[in-house]
Amino acid sequence: MSELVIDVNNLTKKFNDFTAVDSISFYVKKGEIFGFLGANGAGKTTAMRMLTGLSKPTSGQALVLGLDVNSSADRIKKGIGYMSQKFSLYNDLTVKENIRFYGGIYGLSRAQIKSKTEEILEELSLKDVAKKLVSELPLGWKQRLSFAVAMVHDPAVVFLDEPTGGVDPHVRRQFWETIYEQASRGKTIFVTTHYMDEAEYCDRLSIMVDGKIGAMGTPGELKEHYSTDTMDDVFLKLVR
Amino acid sequence: MNILKVYWAFVKKEFFHILRDKRTLLILFGMPIAQVMIFGYAVTNEFNGASLDIYDQAKDELSGQLIHHLESSGNFRINRILNSQEEIEDGFKSGETKLVVVIPKDFASDLSSSQDVTIQLLADGSDPNNANTLVQYASTMIRGFESKYLGKEKSPFQVDVETRMLYNPQLKSAQNFVPGTIALILLIISAMMTSLTIAKEKETGTMEILLVSPLPPALIILGKVTPYALLAFLDAILILLIGYFVFEVPILGSLTLLLIVCFLYLLVALSLGTLISTVSKTQQDAMMRSLMGLMMPSMLLSGFIFPLSSMPFILQIIGSAVPATYFIEVLKGVMLRGVGLQFVFWEIIILIGMGALFLGFTYKNFKIRLE
Repeated sequence: MSELVIDVNNLTKKFNDFTAVDSISFYVKKGEIFGFLGANGAGKTTAMRMLTGLSKPTSGQALVLGLDVNSSADRIKKGIGYMSQKFSLYNDLTVKENIRFYGGIYGLSRAQIKSKTEEILEELSLKDVAKKLVSELPLGWKQRLSFAVAMVHDPAVVFLDEPTGGVDPHVRRQFWETIYEQASRGKTIFVTTHYMDEAEYCDRLSIMVDGKIGAMGTPGELKEHYSTDTMDDVFLKLVR
Repeated sequence: MNILKVYWAFVKKEFFHILRDKRTLLILFGMPIAQVMIFGYAVTNEFNGASLDIYDQAKDELSGQLIHHLESSGNFRINRILNSQEEIEDGFKSGETKLVVVIPKDFASDLSSSQDVTIQLLADGSDPNNANTLVQYASTMIRGFESKYLGKEKSPFQVDVETRMLYNPQLKSAQNFVPGTIALILLIISAMMTSLTIAKEKETGTMEILLVSPLPPALIILGKVTPYALLAFLDAILILLIGYFVFEVPILGSLTLLLIVCFLYLLVALSLGTLISTVSKTQQDAMMRSLMGLMMPSMLLSGFIFPLSSMPFILQIIGSAVPATYFIEVLKGVMLRGVGLQFVFWEIIILIGMGALFLGFTYKNFKIRLE
């Protein structure tokens, strides 16, 4: 596999007359934390849906893990993880049952599920609440469990769609520590967010404006290019 | 990836959802039992010990015998003996009296001289079904009294009308309600509950996760509906058992045929449920669509409560598009008349056609959404 985990060229999605994603091109390297920013309605979600095989591109090419999203969506799905802005856990299942279920639908063997469960419970120190319903967990725990579950099948790349929406700064900080840890293990992280402080945590990022990529680079590069001190200002200058 | 194992993981999770939700459990097991019991016991055209007022203007031996005759069946209870025309309405107004029998003054003399005798029956028409039944029953009893008193020799040319209700001689309402209840319950569980549970996954966002996973969409739907299909089938058997043992509703035809048809109808209902879920994004929306689009027509236009043949043409057309119409027809045929496959063949073909049509729509809708 090449070092490029995601490689997108002139990717376009049209809904009738409306062009939601307008010929975007970018790449993401292995082990990178790539921030995918943009105002509401700029086309972030549509682009992400195409990369995760939920939606077919109108034109252009996108390779994920070296596979074409048009022809190999099924094979891509096995190699990627996904966590949405809503918590992807079942509230009426216990912590253990949730891990077991997601392991099950990714085709993990019984032994694999068992060791993975142990590992997750250990790492997130959830051992004491393993048999509790997820609905009884505090938000921060749920969120980290949600992330762990998205990684249960050891995907090479994980897509996070506004994973920290609606949680407090402390929990967000904790969450980002988990993201860093996974990246340090060679996982590639593709993350959308509305929080500009989080954008600073990314290795590289792109900002979408009206279906196009308005800017791309490291946070430092972008701040320098727009001669501002904060990502907030970069974002506002672009979106205005 | 072992598809069966994945499927099993999914079905297991679905059973957890069902078993942990009290409301779902109540709908699954409480509702069928409650509905059969209510329809069987409460909603009934039968009557027992209906209150009768008698306004006896004759007050002689013969009228006394008539009153005794009416009482002797055990189905009527004499409530009051009235003394004037004015009192008649009082009983109806208080709601106590269901029927008033007015015996004319010249009752005995007219009867013995073979003149026409008119006995007046007054019933409370605000409850038409009950009034009809009571009047019919009372008329029969009075005719019986007449022939007993007059004997056969008096009127040799009398035409007797003998009515026999075939297949349900006592007109027991349970015989009608059991098939109808099965149709409704299977629809509620297979169509409404499945559309709700799929809509719930969309609402909570878990559906997206499932779609990003390598699970084929068909497997997601199959995994979600399997537990409901099993439980709905159990319910059908439960209702049949209650019908058989509690209300003595017979199963004259082939039990195998009956169960196969139940299963077929279940598939039609499931395909309707999944069809609804492809257009509904929220549980509330799915609920409204199921109630308005499925439950109401199935209850009112399937011939379950009102006979389809006496409806206006347009309603008959709508009724003929309701799967329950054909299902109830088959159930009644197989259970009560004991007919075999050749008599319900057409209905079964229609049900198969409907199922295929709905599944086709579901597939098409699902595709469009993914594009």
